[in-house]
Amino acid sequence: MGSAPRLEFRHIGKSFPGVRALSDVSFAMRAGSVHGLLGENGAGKSTMMKILGGEYIPDEGAVAIDGDVQAFRSAADAIGAGVAVIHQELQYVPELSVMENLLLGRLPTRFGLVDRRRALAWTRERLDALGVDLDPRAKLRQLSIGQRQMVEIVKAILRDATILALDEPTSSLSHRETDVLFRLVRDLRAQGKAMIYISHRLDEIFELCDAATIFRDGRKVADFDTLEGVTRDTLVQRMVGRDIGDIWGYKPREHGDVRLSVKDVTSHIVQRPVSFDVRAGEIVGFFGLVGAGRSEVMRAVYGADRRLSGTVTVDGKPVKASHIRDAIRHGLVFCPEDRKEEGIIGVRSVAENINISARRNHLTAGLFVNDRIEAKTADSYIERLRIRTPHRRQEIRLLSGGNQQKAVLSRWLAEKDLRVLIVDEPTRGIDVGAKNEIYNVLYELAAHGVAVVMISSELPEVLGVSDRVIAMCHGRIVGQFAHGEANEQNVLAAALPEGTTATNAR
Amino acid sequence: MTDSQAAAIGATRETPAARRRALLWQVVDDYSLILIFIALFAVLSVTVQYFFSWDNMVGLLLSVSQIGMVSCTMMFCLASRDFDLSVGSTVAFAGVFCAIVANATGSVAIGVAAAIVAGGLVGFVNGAVIAKLKINALITTLATMEIVRGLAFISSQGQAVGVTNEAFFTLGSAELFGLPVPVWVTLACFAVFGVLLNKTIYGRNTLAIGGNPDAARLAGVAVDRVRIAIFLIQGVVAALAGIILASRMTSGQPNAGEGFELNVISACVLGGVSLMGGRATISGVIVGVLIMGTVQNAMSLMNIDAFYQYLVRGTILLIAVLVDQLKNRRQAR
Repeated sequence: MGSAPRLEFRHIGKSFPGVRALSDVSFAMRAGSVHGLLGENGAGKSTMMKILGGEYIPDEGAVAIDGDVQAFRSAADAIGAGVAVIHQELQYVPELSVMENLLLGRLPTRFGLVDRRRALAWTRERLDALGVDLDPRAKLRQLSIGQRQMVEIVKAILRDATILALDEPTSSLSHRETDVLFRLVRDLRAQGKAMIYISHRLDEIFELCDAATIFRDGRKVADFDTLEGVTRDTLVQRMVGRDIGDIWGYKPREHGDVRLSVKDVTSHIVQRPVSFDVRAGEIVGFFGLVGAGRSEVMRAVYGADRRLSGTVTVDGKPVKASHIRDAIRHGLVFCPEDRKEEGIIGVRSVAENINISARRNHLTAGLFVNDRIEAKTADSYIERLRIRTPHRRQEIRLLSGGNQQKAVLSRWLAEKDLRVLIVDEPTRGIDVGAKNEIYNVLYELAAHGVAVVMISSELPEVLGVSDRVIAMCHGRIVGQFAHGEANEQNVLAAALPEGTTATNAR
Repeated sequence: MTDSQAAAIGATRETPAARRRALLWQVVDDYSLILIFIALFAVLSVTVQYFFSWDNMVGLLLSVSQIGMVSCTMMFCLASRDFDLSVGSTVAFAGVFCAIVANATGSVAIGVAAAIVAGGLVGFVNGAVIAKLKINALITTLATMEIVRGLAFISSQGQAVGVTNEAFFTLGSAELFGLPVPVWVTLACFAVFGVLLNKTIYGRNTLAIGGNPDAARLAGVAVDRVRIAIFLIQGVVAALAGIILASRMTSGQPNAGEGFELNVISACVLGGVSLMGGRATISGVIVGVLIMGTVQNAMSLMNIDAFYQYLVRGTILLIAVLVDQLKNRRQAR
């Protein structure tokens, strides 16, 4: 093509005090294409998006649209130039309806009052034209996260954006929502929009993107004009900067006796009794669509939610219902799904976050916290799990997601008598390198006889890591598969609600 | 350029000089409050007559002794992301109740014990309602503030209750090694609660709850139990402060301690305790209390009208909060 690219980054550089976030990054993209952006957390992708969206001003270089250099001073400038950046944290008003969110600031009026009928008709028409199935009158807070994201994208389109950037759009979407999103992205590509797509999920990059750029440590390390013939391993290797080989690294293990036995457990949310066993040294993966009830079952098992009936035993000993400390005393522990809200204590140090539970076992005079032992414990896990932090006293909120997750895992590894570890979406939003490290921790625990339960919405991960896969749907266990016999088709088919087939779910 | 070179450049972020500068800032950040206090103290010592004398120092400490004691427990309360407005009323009620019981039984010890139990009860009710019934701490303690103040007025019929037993007055006026008993009690509180905060599971869990109550619960912290304990202990210490105040005034007064809760919270916030929870240091609280007392004391010595003291106190608090905010923003970047 002879003409100028639709969007071009020219020698972008950006520094923050003490950190060089981007240096000399250039790449370009055509109209009517989807351009994948890959890189580990902290590689500079988000900084790049903030520069595109006008939130940051680059120290060096510039953004050019259709060959014209742009000098965005604010988000409004970027929007005015037809750029829409959709961040992971969505910007919307939860108490307003879809229609009001879409028309915010320019609702049609009649005699000074909002003309609801006209607004409604207009919104319906636009949603239909885009093939998006949403009720214009629904309040945003009533919608799923996927639907809210859809509203955000529609809003960008309605503002005549010609350049769209999506930052990790599928991290909290169900398969079906992902499917709708992908269709929309393809339609927009056909209409000639230029789109940037950021994701940690390589499958999505292959499925959706025409070209890709890889970032590492604030620099561009690779450009692919086409993804034809590019392998997954090539991408991973370029992102991580080393060959991590088989990302799962699964090896068959010996399993011992039943460690965790869950019988007929119910809670306010888990209405149908659920039972399953996990053996010592076994990793069981729970797969299901969002809302299948996996987290809810595990929360009832651990005691995070009130257990209404049923029994939970660890090595035959019953664990009290709804009593987290009793579960911990039996060596049954849980890493929650929402790391920031329920996992870490952000303003406290890495060392505090690691020692918070296990410290009860080494008090001086039965009363005083033993700082010496705690420092040693923290340092040993920081080293063993390669937690990247300047020192153990750093506030944990300043660490990247993967390192926070490793600290939360360390909290439970520090328990002397760890028997059952339940991890809920342990690798969500975490880069490939850290994922691999977390899998290795799980393997090591299993090798030492810990029974591991892993909830994950990433099917390849569940298949790659688990000795046994349990599929859930509508709050029930609907299928069990050994490592060898589980595959994408049979697990997905089991996890899908009646009346859908694997092909239209994904 | 190879990948490893690119990575190496990405990693070289700080020169030694920059690191030294950062370290210096860190020190200034950590000790900014103490530095401000020392500067304030030095300036006042030089400029204000009588300020830097033993008698005035003792007077200053005595004047902040009640605030000092309760600041220790308020620090726990704020550190756990809670709030307690009822301490002023508890101070008044405990003084009145102690005087009534002491007069009725003829025993100062029984009066003191009864008042402390009553204060503990008020605290327990606060804690139980907030932790178990999940009612907002601000509303709960606003309600108990009114109720307990009402109890103080009802039980005393609106009058100061004088104590007949002279032994009662020694509590507030006796001296030990040159310092009055209330000052010793305050110093003991600083020591005990400092150790509790830094060196025990109770203190660490308090900070964890304030940092993120949900995460603390899932990490096995007995959140409800700790919260109830925080309020219960606060009630006990407020009652102790009320008894000592009554002893100093030689009577239990139902209108004592009005606005006391706000002074205590101000001292804590001045001392860097975060209202968002999770951050508190005993050294900060001590300095916060001292700054409050020093400013008040100096203004009195300079004969500044009490009406203006409100302005000065409010302004200092506002500045302290703004500085804290700026500090946080820089860290968050």
